[in-house]
Amino acid sequence: MKQALLSICAAALGLTMAGQASAASTLETVKARGKLVCGVSLATPGFAAPDDKGRMQGFDADICRSIAAAVFGDGDKVEFVPTNINTRFQALQSGEIDVLSRQTTHTFSRDASLGLDFGPTVFYDGQGLMVPKSLGVSSAKELTEAAICTLPGTTTAQNISDFFRAINGKFELVVFESPDENRAAFYSGRCEAITSDRSDLASIRAVANNPADYIVLPETISKEPLAPAFRQNDSQWGDIVSWSVWLLMAAEEKGITQANVDEKLKSEDPDVQRMLGATEELGKMLGLDNKWGYNVIKSVGNYGEVFERNVGEGTKLGLTRGPNALWNAGGMIYSPPIR
Amino acid sequence: MTFLHDMRFRAYFYQVVAVGFVVLVGWTMFATASGNLAKQNIATGFDFLTRPAGFVITEAAIAFEATDTIGRAILVGIANTVKVSLLAAFFGTVLGLAVGIARMSRNPLLARLALVYVELLRNVPLLLYLFLWYSLIILILPPVKQALNLLPGVYLSNSGLVVPAAFVESGGYALLACLLGGAAAAFLIRVAATRKRVATGRSNHGGLIALGVLLAPVLLLWLVNGFSVNWDFPTAGKFRLTGGLHVRPEFVALLFGLALSVSANVAEIVRAGIQAVNKGQWEASAALGLARGKTMRLVVLPQALRIIIPPLTNTYLTVFKNSSLAIAIGYPDLVMVSNTVMNQTGQAIETIAIFMGVYLALSITISLVMNWYNAHVALKER
Repeated sequence: MKQALLSICAAALGLTMAGQASAASTLETVKARGKLVCGVSLATPGFAAPDDKGRMQGFDADICRSIAAAVFGDGDKVEFVPTNINTRFQALQSGEIDVLSRQTTHTFSRDASLGLDFGPTVFYDGQGLMVPKSLGVSSAKELTEAAICTLPGTTTAQNISDFFRAINGKFELVVFESPDENRAAFYSGRCEAITSDRSDLASIRAVANNPADYIVLPETISKEPLAPAFRQNDSQWGDIVSWSVWLLMAAEEKGITQANVDEKLKSEDPDVQRMLGATEELGKMLGLDNKWGYNVIKSVGNYGEVFERNVGEGTKLGLTRGPNALWNAGGMIYSPPIR
Repeated sequence: MTFLHDMRFRAYFYQVVAVGFVVLVGWTMFATASGNLAKQNIATGFDFLTRPAGFVITEAAIAFEATDTIGRAILVGIANTVKVSLLAAFFGTVLGLAVGIARMSRNPLLARLALVYVELLRNVPLLLYLFLWYSLIILILPPVKQALNLLPGVYLSNSGLVVPAAFVESGGYALLACLLGGAAAAFLIRVAATRKRVATGRSNHGGLIALGVLLAPVLLLWLVNGFSVNWDFPTAGKFRLTGGLHVRPEFVALLFGLALSVSANVAEIVRAGIQAVNKGQWEASAALGLARGKTMRLVVLPQALRIIIPPLTNTYLTVFKNSSLAIAIGYPDLVMVSNTVMNQTGQAIETIAIFMGVYLALSITISLVMNWYNAHVALKER
């Protein structure tokens, strides 16, 4: 709490002091600083959490790395700033961070009223509900009158309220600031169900004593397209963020991986040549090195690799690709043509 | 330049300069912040308070629906904060008074026990205690399906205590009027009886008469007119008990934690107050033949009260501010509701300004009330 207040004060102070953020373009600022400052979550395994060597690991962290690689040719020129869920937008507005890559849902009111813009969706998520199997419930609609635990974060409280209003059912909402208390209350039976984004439910289930005792109900009660955000009115910077993300997706489509990117430089495919900067000068149009595409893939791999490494079936979260598969494999991951 | 050496002029001059400086700094910060926000196309202002909240607050001291405004949601937060703080201050004071007196006991076991109690509570952060009480409640008590049926209609589980609720169906206002009228009359009779006892030196049955006057109007109303009370008994629903009055574990854990922390502080304040009363007062009472208990009640405590009140004000301010730890264990106080609002609207600066303003206003109110009471009991020098 105290930390939240402090960071809000710092952000407020930043707003009062710093008007210079809008003076120089973000790209110039980042280049002059020599590193990208990227806002991530405090500790969310799979999305952004330091490993035992202190290196930030996770899906969101790798998005930061891909942008740094596009700008500097080196994915490690990133300073990760853990942002609080309440102050993340202020941190971006005040210029404390250059990009916010923090499981942030792209919504209308955020886009329109917070002085920021969103890049392409990097992860299609949705709010779900998890219950113990022993409850004998197979649909969220059967949960009227139940107690439901949740975190105050994002719009989960509003979504679950909307869901039950739509089916005209009452329920008891218990909101926790601390994820640990939230989990403990659910596992002890204080609440019949727990609600959060499906990816988050997967990580909550992963730490249960016996994960097989719990099921995630089929309903997805909200759309949560997670996307990186950047300050409004800087379209050059916005293009760099967006195309760094799209490049990851295009690379998967073309079968370019971290391992074979050097061979692919000699590929005959004109699309691949353009993406990796072997021909034409696409990078320069963004104000970047012409090898930007090569650098991005060399440091983090393609979208599929980023997904599998951090949240895929081989990890603790064990998520399937689902809607996050490529468009030609039944998913929604689709990049505009890089040409 | 002689007026520069005028004491009165200088006193006012420096004050005006200081206030002017503070106002200038505040205004500059406000102007720059709102200018920067406008430049970055960030919504400002308090218009969001009239938008529908869209989220549910289950534990609400005043009625709240998801369709109500964000402003009302914040009001619910304020009401919840005030409710738990007042109750914690009350129970904490009663308990603290007892423990403080126990600290002074001549029975070594009791005195040591009270010492251990105070030190344990004072030296561990309140937040850890809140986690402890809450975990104990939700881990030790059974889930709601296997709720303990203590009395008919009374259930205890890790979802809280559920008791039958009483609703006055008709004659509610008459009942309220009888209750208030009876209480007022009883109070007046009690005061008059005490005054008479002091004047005449003879004991009378003022307390008993007052009790009769307190209950008579309600009984009379019941006999003459009758009012129907509807009992809402909890019944087992699909997942949990429906109906009845719910006391939720989040509220209980917070009330418990706050009240215990208040009691430890009050105990120390009371002990200090008692020790500050001159030993001669004890000896004089003993010489007059007063027993130890009566000495404490009639001679020492009234004098200790004057010393106790100022630090007690601090304790009450602390419990009120500490209630914001509610957020850790899921009680929807002002800070938690504000956090949800912040997440939803993104207008952190305005929301923080509101809750800081509310805490400031309520703290000042507490201080004013306590200062008034302090002036009331202070030694009046004539």
